[in-house]
Amino acid sequence: MTTGLTRPDGPAKLTGTAHYAADADTSDALAAALVTTTVPNGRLTALHTADAEAAPGVVRVLTRADLPPLGELSTPPLGFPVPPLLEDTVHHEGEPIAVVLAETWEQARHAATLVRAEYADVTPAVPFGQAEDVVPHGGLVFGETDESKGDVTAGLAAADVSVTATYTTADRHHSPIEPHATLARWDGDQLVLHSSVQSVLFAQAALAALFGVPPENVRVFCPFVGGGFGCKGFVWPHIPLAAAAARVTGRPVKLVLTRAQMFTLAGHQPATRQTVSLGATSDGRLTALRHTSSNASAQLGDYCENTPHGSTWMYASPAIETSTRIQRLHRPGPTPMRSPHEGPGMFALESAMDELAHELGMDPVELRLRNEPEVDPLTGEPFSSRKLVECLREGARRFGWSERNPEIGSMRDGHELIGWGMAAATMDSPRSPSSARLRIDHTGHVVVETGMQEIGTGLPAMVQAVAAETLGCPPEDVAVRHGDSDFPPHTGTFGSMSTMGLGSAVRAAAESALEKLGAEPGDPLAGALAEAGLTELESEGRWSPEGGGMTRGRTGGYSIHTYGSIFVEVRVDPDLGLLRMSRAVGVYAGGRILNPLAARSQMIGGITWGYGQAVLEQSVFEPNLGRFLSKNLAGYIVPVNADIGEIDVSFVDDDDRVASAIGAKGIGELGAVGVSAAIANAVFHATGRRVRDLPIRIHHLLP
Amino acid sequence: MIPFDYQRAEDTRSAVATVTARPGAAFLGAGTNLVDHLKLGVAAPDLLVDVSHLPFDMIEPLAGGGVRIGATVRNSDLAVDPVIRQRYPMVSAALLSGASGQLRNVATTAGNLMQRTRCPYFQDVTTPCNKRRPGSGCSALEGYHRDHAILGASRHCVAVHPSDLAVALTALGAVVQVEGVKGARSIPIIDLYRLPDDAPQHDTVLEHGELITAVDLPALPMATRSTYRKVRDRASYAFALVSVAAAVDVERGTVRDVRVALGGVAHKPWRARRAEEALRGAPATDDAFRAAAEAELAGARPLRDNAFKVPMARNTIVATLRELTRREEP
Ligand SMILES: Cc1cc2nc3c(=O)[nH]c(=O)nc-3n(C[C@H](O)[C@H](O)[C@H](O)COP(=O)(O)OP(=O)(O)OC[C@H]3O[C@@H](n4cnc5c(N)ncnc54)[C@H](O)[C@@H]3O)c2cc1C
Ligand code: SF4
Repeated sequence: MTTGLTRPDGPAKLTGTAHYAADADTSDALAAALVTTTVPNGRLTALHTADAEAAPGVVRVLTRADLPPLGELSTPPLGFPVPPLLEDTVHHEGEPIAVVLAETWEQARHAATLVRAEYADVTPAVPFGQAEDVVPHGGLVFGETDESKGDVTAGLAAADVSVTATYTTADRHHSPIEPHATLARWDGDQLVLHSSVQSVLFAQAALAALFGVPPENVRVFCPFVGGGFGCKGFVWPHIPLAAAAARVTGRPVKLVLTRAQMFTLAGHQPATRQTVSLGATSDGRLTALRHTSSNASAQLGDYCENTPHGSTWMYASPAIETSTRIQRLHRPGPTPMRSPHEGPGMFALESAMDELAHELGMDPVELRLRNEPEVDPLTGEPFSSRKLVECLREGARRFGWSERNPEIGSMRDGHELIGWGMAAATMDSPRSPSSARLRIDHTGHVVVETGMQEIGTGLPAMVQAVAAETLGCPPEDVAVRHGDSDFPPHTGTFGSMSTMGLGSAVRAAAESALEKLGAEPGDPLAGALAEAGLTELESEGRWSPEGGGMTRGRTGGYSIHTYGSIFVEVRVDPDLGLLRMSRAVGVYAGGRILNPLAARSQMIGGITWGYGQAVLEQSVFEPNLGRFLSKNLAGYIVPVNADIGEIDVSFVDDDDRVASAIGAKGIGELGAVGVSAAIANAVFHATGRRVRDLPIRIHHLLP
Repeated sequence: MIPFDYQRAEDTRSAVATVTARPGAAFLGAGTNLVDHLKLGVAAPDLLVDVSHLPFDMIEPLAGGGVRIGATVRNSDLAVDPVIRQRYPMVSAALLSGASGQLRNVATTAGNLMQRTRCPYFQDVTTPCNKRRPGSGCSALEGYHRDHAILGASRHCVAVHPSDLAVALTALGAVVQVEGVKGARSIPIIDLYRLPDDAPQHDTVLEHGELITAVDLPALPMATRSTYRKVRDRASYAFALVSVAAAVDVERGTVRDVRVALGGVAHKPWRARRAEEALRGAPATDDAFRAAAEAELAGARPLRDNAFKVPMARNTIVATLRELTRREEP
């Protein structure tokens, strides 16, 4: 199983036969288009729908009064805690106020432009940084807002060398190629939903609660997601809206968000402003670590990432203190985006570590090695597995780090300045329950069914591999069916949790099948069935972390995380400030790697994604309009091929049987962590400029 | 959906007559810019006259030694044309630095020159914009204007022209051939584009219904030593923050003649005449290049958030001229 496995879903995707939500049969469906607020705050005082209603093809225009009564529901599973159509108070620009239903999508979209809204009490939107920092509350607060041990103030006072600096990260948008899309169809009190979601389970639970029907009355299909990155994790307003519109009109309704709506109705990664203080002895041992963050958030929901979280387990320090606050602003609700928490947070910590290394005159790899903890530095609990040192050493070796001249601006290639920088990476390891059903027929053919959706990461290949490994059969004998809420539930394809949970569940199902057959791995399955006098065998497998529900990395007396090191070479044109990443080496410890081919793809994508965070991605919040300015992929730029140099990805041996039954941990988000700090550190090495604000743009580096 | 009519032009004269007679009509090239504007509501023509199949798809020699580029020659074809690559490498480089392979394969020469600004407010009908809705105000002036003009702007509009090709053609002193109902005229490209003044809704001096049929390049032997340098955040598939098209004729370390035009800095491709004047007869040194660039940029009036474009333009001019003159001297 350690060879690369190709994806069983590949041919379907390549030939266009893989069905995405918007591909569902819509011959009798109404097309829906949303009308959204154009101001960031104030009140909606009037809504004029007559022109839209009179437009060709329009069947109906729904406003709040037309919606059926909906049940109460919390965040999560909702992404934003307001009813799906606004009645009065405006929370942000781009919030739905009406739904136009027409025979065709073009008609609906055109008529949506004819709805006129009136507003009162609109004031300029307060930009991030100018509102009060407050302690967040509620279901969208990820973890503790304050954690500490020891006396940081004393530790800083006792330090031989200390650094304190403030770092900022930008608002960023995931905007996958496939926009959010939902087709809702009612049959009596049975709802069928085709929706592009990262969890059919969340969608099912949310719609059942909202419409007051039992969950088994709601069937959600989503075999494939055309990219999610977090923006399809929670249930956003258009999903219940499509279902409500279908209920009201008695016809199926298809609602596809426009690209612009993807920038206000599906979350984003909020901007952060972080301050890190590090104290160390002259031989580079930390005496104190303080990491605080102020994060942009919306008026409602209090979405709050645990930005400094990684700082609580990364390095041995007698005193550690972290805190996170939010600013409630008139802007769309944020949501997790690859990679939340540690993604923005490790930019600050790993930049500060580089600053400290520079102050100490010490090699930055060596500084990290000197602060490797034996046990979780915050809790004193053991690590389930921690191979950071191996990652650092192997990364340095593969990169050729020993050739680095530490002097600033000392490495050149002709006219270009060369910078070598590095950072450590880590992600928390949240885990969640999963299940699978396995069926073997008399020919020995195996089918595995699970509620998981294939989001582009290659999960069907993983399921195939685990089933085949456990049963001892060729992977080609295993077919995988997925993305239907009638299949055994899988929590969701998010948080880098799927391989651990689903892989463990598939293994349990396969083991149970062997047990029922009294067979050993590798026994021909057809023969085993015949011997047992069966024509078909079915087994179910379930897996959940201790406690049975979703957990975070620190559970069951262990500290469970993934680790990595990232080394980059940047080239800076000293006249033009042009920055390019010519090479990157990433070495990761993420538990047992089940499918090296898919894992490598994940990390290449992650490093590229991290380059975007470092150098390109920034959703400009336009203060005069009180909204994100460029709600499209022309104004919001992500990396293209030409930006990305050579990427070398490898994994160190790791096998974490505490984290999961199959030794795996999640790696989907790890690759994007640390890249921005490594690039900023390399830029410092090349130019002597310490850029603490992401993205690092040309104008930061112009002479 | 706003309905509109579509006609495939039969010949130049009828295309010009049809569009001229109908205020809501527009010419359609490959549509890579105009169709986007239709979708965004930025433009709402009631008739599209498709001129992309008119017989202007040739690149031909001109009597005086120049070259005529037909209006419907596709950007990709123009970029790889052997004569263009050999005699006017800056044209080829400018095209290849723009858009993507797919877009260049269809985009036409005339459509490229007539593409409209990428100012985000212009492309968003919910915001005030004098260029899109005269008199409504300029959102960029006090808003987001990192990508905007540093030269020749007015308080009515601070947008920049997005075409790379147009910058190279401006450096070369190309002449645009135009057909109108009143007959044909030739417009030096430098006069085709306007500064915004108080009428930013007009990008060019063309009248409604005037059709570009060709662009003529002068003989200009020194253009064999020419290039195009484009500076932007992303390595590819992005518009210029600043770009420089330059051609230079150096003899024994002295600049005999030079052409410089800037992109990304003004409402039109900016011919750097002051820099050119300063350079003629000057030594081909970094110091002279810098002094010339500074002479050109003395008139720059950056906005709150785009002052970086002034040193960026200066350094790009210097770097481009250095690159051209450090190449083997004949
Ligand atoms: C994603 C993207 C990235 C891009 N990046 C770049 C870039 O980096 N650099 C760059 O320079 N360009 C770039 N472009 C713009 C691209 O070059 C233009 O869209 C293209 O050149 C326009 O050509 P077209 O034939 O499609 O014009 P159309 O879209 O058909 O027309 C554009 C305009 O020209 C008018 N027109 C067309 N033909 C004539 C004629 N014969 N006479 C008079 N008027 C006419 C039309 O009425 C319309 O107003 C990009 C475009 C996209 C979509
Ligand atoms: S700069 Fe010009 S195009 Fe942009 S908003 Fe102002 S008027 Fe409109």
